[in-house]
Amino acid sequence: MRVQFKTSYDTDIRLFKDRYQLAWYAVLGATLIALPWLIDVFMLGEITNVLIFAIAGMGLMILVGQTGQASLGHAAFLAVGCYANVILQQRAGLPFVVAFPLAGLISGVLGALIALPMVRLHGIYLAIATLAMSVITEDIIIIAEPLTGGVGGLFAPDISLFGYVINRYGDPAAFYWFTLAVTLFCVWIYRNLLRSPLGRAFAAVRDSEVSAQAMGVNVPKTKAIAFGVSTFITGLSGAILGHYIGVFTPEAFNVLVSIQLLLMIVVGGLGTIHGAFFGALVIALLPTGIGMARDWLAANVGLTTTAIPGLETATFGVILIAFMLFEPMGLYGIWAKMRTYFELFPFYRQGMFVRQKSYLKTERMR
Amino acid sequence: MSLLSVRNVTMKFGGLVAVNDVSFDVEKGEVFALVGPNGAGKSTVFNLISRFYDPFEGEIVFDGENLLDHAPSDIAQLGIARTFQNIELFENATVLQNMLVGRHTHRTSNLLSELFFLPSVRRAEIAHRRAVEDAIDFLNLHAYRDQLIAGLPYGVRKVVEMGRAMAIGPKLLLLDEPASGLSMEETQDVAFWVEDIKKIRGITVLMVEHDMHLVASVSDRVMALADGKRLALGTPQEVQNDPEVIKAYIGAPDDEQEAA
Repeated sequence: MRVQFKTSYDTDIRLFKDRYQLAWYAVLGATLIALPWLIDVFMLGEITNVLIFAIAGMGLMILVGQTGQASLGHAAFLAVGCYANVILQQRAGLPFVVAFPLAGLISGVLGALIALPMVRLHGIYLAIATLAMSVITEDIIIIAEPLTGGVGGLFAPDISLFGYVINRYGDPAAFYWFTLAVTLFCVWIYRNLLRSPLGRAFAAVRDSEVSAQAMGVNVPKTKAIAFGVSTFITGLSGAILGHYIGVFTPEAFNVLVSIQLLLMIVVGGLGTIHGAFFGALVIALLPTGIGMARDWLAANVGLTTTAIPGLETATFGVILIAFMLFEPMGLYGIWAKMRTYFELFPFYRQGMFVRQKSYLKTERMR
Repeated sequence: MSLLSVRNVTMKFGGLVAVNDVSFDVEKGEVFALVGPNGAGKSTVFNLISRFYDPFEGEIVFDGENLLDHAPSDIAQLGIARTFQNIELFENATVLQNMLVGRHTHRTSNLLSELFFLPSVRRAEIAHRRAVEDAIDFLNLHAYRDQLIAGLPYGVRKVVEMGRAMAIGPKLLLLDEPASGLSMEETQDVAFWVEDIKKIRGITVLMVEHDMHLVASVSDRVMALADGKRLALGTPQEVQNDPEVIKAYIGAPDDEQEAA
């Protein structure tokens, strides 16, 4: 087990705990950058998809995991980011480098504005309100046909970065690197939030609104900012998603996608950046994994499973129930336990991660 | 002029009058205790000062400011910190993070500078940390700094909550039953700390407490409440010997009851 001696307050502030941790992340980073040379084009596309989901997951994680506000409407902000990005490029003639961040900002500002009346709702009521918002957004996109192409959808142009044109199929490696860069940016601002007063205010609102208020945290305003930051990141993810899928219709952002996003971060592990990535891996690779398992079954056991509709959804449902029952901390929980097991070997104990039940709560001001 | 002045405050919940025309002044630098049987309205008085409730009637003035003009989240900014009867810590955060939330009123950065973690944010963070370490030193919380609240024993949680309130750097500290659920030794610690908070830090303390030994040992003045009404106000001895207070706590002798 490594024991860290802290000699300055900066130790608790900087991004990496120590050189050891920095080294591991450097290895991970190098592997990710070198990935186009290591795997084939199909898998690279899948990994790009994982990263896009991970960005959306981080966006939702800030809201659900960090601030404790449920949202069943985040697909709406994927849609806002996606449509805004393409419309700004095609209609307003803006270059991608301007349209892309602007799409994120539009999504973020819209999220914060929509949140203002909704932050007074709690738990299930907030979830329902965001769900309704998601449905309405889908309808608005269909109604605003002159701008959005209605049910026919829109074509996303190639990404043009300072004259360098990136096509998702023509140049998958460049598309992957671009997505990776945005992912790293989002991780960075997420980490920055966590180590600054606003991130702590988010946690305060999540754990006890009444005491957050007594500490001088303006609860409705903080929630609205959380919505804004969350939908900004989700909007960025949506903008990349548009370029990734090439052609998109309102169908691509229906309520099921919202639910999928929420399930994703729950399976990954609420309240951690790792969780967004683990969840994205599961969500994005599950269809591929099931397809592979299907082929294997057909070839080796002679079992044809193509006739079973909804197998994917059912598998995901089973995974989710299993996590709720056995590992509420999600994949991150499993990861943390494994890591602790090896770090403390052979002194790991069964009950190390069992949390003490909390005591009575003061009457909540709801 | 007194630091906190509660004037003719009445609070009703539907038909129930929780606080009935109560007035008192807390002077700068004193420890003022509220005592009374369960349901007397002590915690309601606290929640009124914290602005969680709007009083039905009356006014509350703190340091020249009319508190009723301020939103609940502005109260800490004015210099009033509080703890809660049943402990309201941020469960899924460490002791350090909890106490750093107490520095929220001293936040100088905005959303953008924090998203990019500019050098100014880093400097402010270190300044916040110094202030929190000061409170950690004061309350001997060193051993628990990086632990999650969810894994801490009850007694330590109580102290952390006090530390978080101290981190605000308040002029007035509201302690809602600081010794409830604590052992004899822990209660004694609380008594020393309250004394030190008053003498070393110069913070005025207003507390609700049931432990009469603690009240008698630390408070300068005591107000007894029963059924939302003020029964007595004075030194701990005066209040303890007040016939009205004795009647409220242990009831009147039989002959007196017959007479009444």
